[in-house]
This record gives sequence, structure tokens and C-alpha cells, in this order.
Amino acid sequence: MTTKTLYTEEQIWDFLQEVTDPEIPVLNIIEMGIARSVSINDSGKVVVKITPTYSGCPAMNAIEKMVKEKLEEKNIPEFEVKLDFSEAWTTDWMTEEAKIKLKDYGIAPPEKTTADDDFLTSLSSTKIVPCPYCDSFETELQSQFGSTACKAQYFCNSCNQPFEHFKCI
Amino acid sequence: MSSETLTTKDAFIKYLLRLADDRLILGQRVSEWCGHGPVLEEDLALANMALDLIGHASSLYEYAAEVEDKGHEKDHFAYFRDDYEFTNLQLCELPKGDFAFTIARQFLFSSFSYFQYEKLKEVNDEQFQGMINKHLKEVKYHLRHSRDWVLKLGDGTEESHNRIQEAFDELWIYVGELFYSDEVDEIMISEGNGTDVSTFHAEWKNLIETTFDEATLTVPDWDQFMMTGSRKGIHTEYLGPMLAQLQFLRRSHPEADWQ
Repeated sequence: MTTKTLYTEEQIWDFLQEVTDPEIPVLNIIEMGIARSVSINDSGKVVVKITPTYSGCPAMNAIEKMVKEKLEEKNIPEFEVKLDFSEAWTTDWMTEEAKIKLKDYGIAPPEKTTADDDFLTSLSSTKIVPCPYCDSFETELQSQFGSTACKAQYFCNSCNQPFEHFKCI
Repeated sequence: MSSETLTTKDAFIKYLLRLADDRLILGQRVSEWCGHGPVLEEDLALANMALDLIGHASSLYEYAAEVEDKGHEKDHFAYFRDDYEFTNLQLCELPKGDFAFTIARQFLFSSFSYFQYEKLKEVNDEQFQGMINKHLKEVKYHLRHSRDWVLKLGDGTEESHNRIQEAFDELWIYVGELFYSDEVDEIMISEGNGTDVSTFHAEWKNLIETTFDEATLTVPDWDQFMMTGSRKGIHTEYLGPMLAQLQFLRRSHPEADWQ
């Protein structure tokens, strides 16, 4: 017995929009660049591919579970959520809207990645990250690692606020 | 005893397991800092790096299980092998020591990983290549972090200087093994899926020496006696007790599942 899916790929994408990142609830997994592809095969099976942001990201299992729950909630008869490691996630996959939402949420968004050819010679230099609250450049790096692996800890010397920066990878 | 011939597949599995074992064992050690960091920021940084390392190990084990194709899950490699089956560097299994010791080890390991991954990032195997490129991005942060601290501690107070110098002196006997290579590496290099460690030995040494110089530290004797055998399963007395802690819960409940 085969049950035909009631949904199109576009509709599945719409459902995925309702799945938010558990660590950054203002962003959904499409804006984060976590949801990579949606396909529906001939028998109606929905395959959603997601990719982890950081290798050790503890939110990954939660996200996988949330996607499955969402698909179940929409009564999709047959589906699979696959982890895709073929291409390394990059902050460049985050949408522009996502970056604006991040800033409004108080996290300095990642800038565009640049070629890292001079990595070894620039080991001591740190990037200047503007404060998400007051836009001041008088900020300093406090730690490369914040409350999660994807964020670094900064301090703004203008408005005296600690803030997080979504690291650019 | 007859000499076994190593197939390409065997070599691939061993290669993946060596990489994975280094990261699982070091990740487990670094995780011991969780809740014990000298300051909150470092507690978070070390816990995050431990997560990264265990994440790297997890994807490598998963791929090793796939290549092996014997129906093993990735957990098999982490929880159901004994110490002599682990092929991690002895450097990775040493107790965490004080903060200086942990930083010194992180610097030696992450600098080595950085060069190794840089050379591996164009391997032929697509899935392996994807993993390497992902891990490399994170390793760069680990290297920055540990190098910053080597400079701060080395060029800091008399106490911090002495502690990090002592840490490097103690760790030195374990650095020789970083550049060990055998038939596993040879097969992987010939398949376009491995790297010849000797090709980046000079670059690595240069990074170590210039950092030591900047940190006002003395480079220990490169030609001193060095430990050997970890890639063949020979370990220090520290691995066994650590595995006991890492594995006992899973071995008590072998059917347990994360889901």
C-alpha cells in the first residue's frame, strides 16, 4: 500500500521554517543554513537533509528530533532526516535576515568569511567586532568561546556590556 | 607468526580510528575541566573544545563503521574496545594536570592537527574530505586559543612562566610520536587519502619554536629520548583508568541508546 504525500517540497520548506534553533530561538533552521535540502521520491517519502553547524554541537540531536516531530505533526506518512557532512557548514549560509535578527537579539552577527591563507601569520591578531547594542568599535575579545562553541565572548567598552559574537567560520 | 598483509580497506579503518582515538581520548581529558576551569571563560572554552574534539571523534568513528561494514555502530569503537585496541597518541591520554599542562598539551596537539588537516583537506574520498574541512575550521580556533595562552603564561609572571615551562618539559617525551608513520600511512598516501607527516615537520617545528621564543620559553631537546608504540596500542598507565570511567556505564547497559 502506498500513500501519496499531500505536500509539495515548498510546503515542506514552510514546515521547516517553524523549527527554530534551540540555542538561538529567534532563528529557524533555514535561516541558520542547517536545513540543506528537501526531496520527495516517487513513493512519496520525504527526505530532509540537515547539517551540523559545529562538530560537537549538542543542539544537533535536538534539532534532528524537532524536525522529525514537525514532520510527524504534519502527518507525513514516510520521511527520513539525514545528516549531511559532505560540505562543511559555514556562517555564509546564514541569510541576511538571520543576521539582522541575531543583532536585534543581542548577538553580533558573523561577517562574511574571507580566505584564510594568512592564518599562521595572523595568529595574534583579533578581529574588531562592533557592539550589537551601541555599534561601538571599542570592544575587546574576552574569550574565543562563549556559551556555545559557535560564539565568542566580547566586552563593549563604550556601553559596558558583555556580548556574544557569532564566530565566522 | 605470519605477517598479515594490510588491505586498503584495513588501512583506511586504522587511519580513521587513529584520528578518532586521539580526539576522543583528548576530548574526554579536556572535559574533566568542566566546572573546574580557573575562570568562567576558560571553563566554557575548555568544555567547548572538549565537545568539538568528541564531535570530531564521533564523525570519524561513524565513518570508520561505514567503511568497515560489519554492522558496528560508532559507539562500538568508543565503548567496546579495550586499551590495547586504542591507537591514540600517549600525549592525549596523560592526566589533565594543572591549567598550564592542559594548555601546553593543547598547543602541541592543535598545532599538529592544524598542519595535518591542512594537508588532508584535499583527500580523494569525498566524505572524509568533508569531515576534514569541517574539523579544520574548528581546529584553527583551538590553535589560536592555546597559542594565546602559551604566550600569556610564558611571558606572564614567574609562577606562570615556570609552570608552563615545566609542562612542556614533561610533555616533550611524547612529541616524537606525533610524527610516527608506518604502512597504514603509506597505503593511505598512495590512495590519495592520507598525508606524509614528514612534509610538515619543519613547518610545525618552526611554529613551536617561534611561539616559544615570543613566550620567552626554552625549547626542550628535540633529540631527547621519545616514547613510542601508541599507534600499535601501547599506552601509559593512565589510559586504562580513564577508559574504565568512560566505558563503564555503557558496558553496564550495553543495549542503552541515546534516543
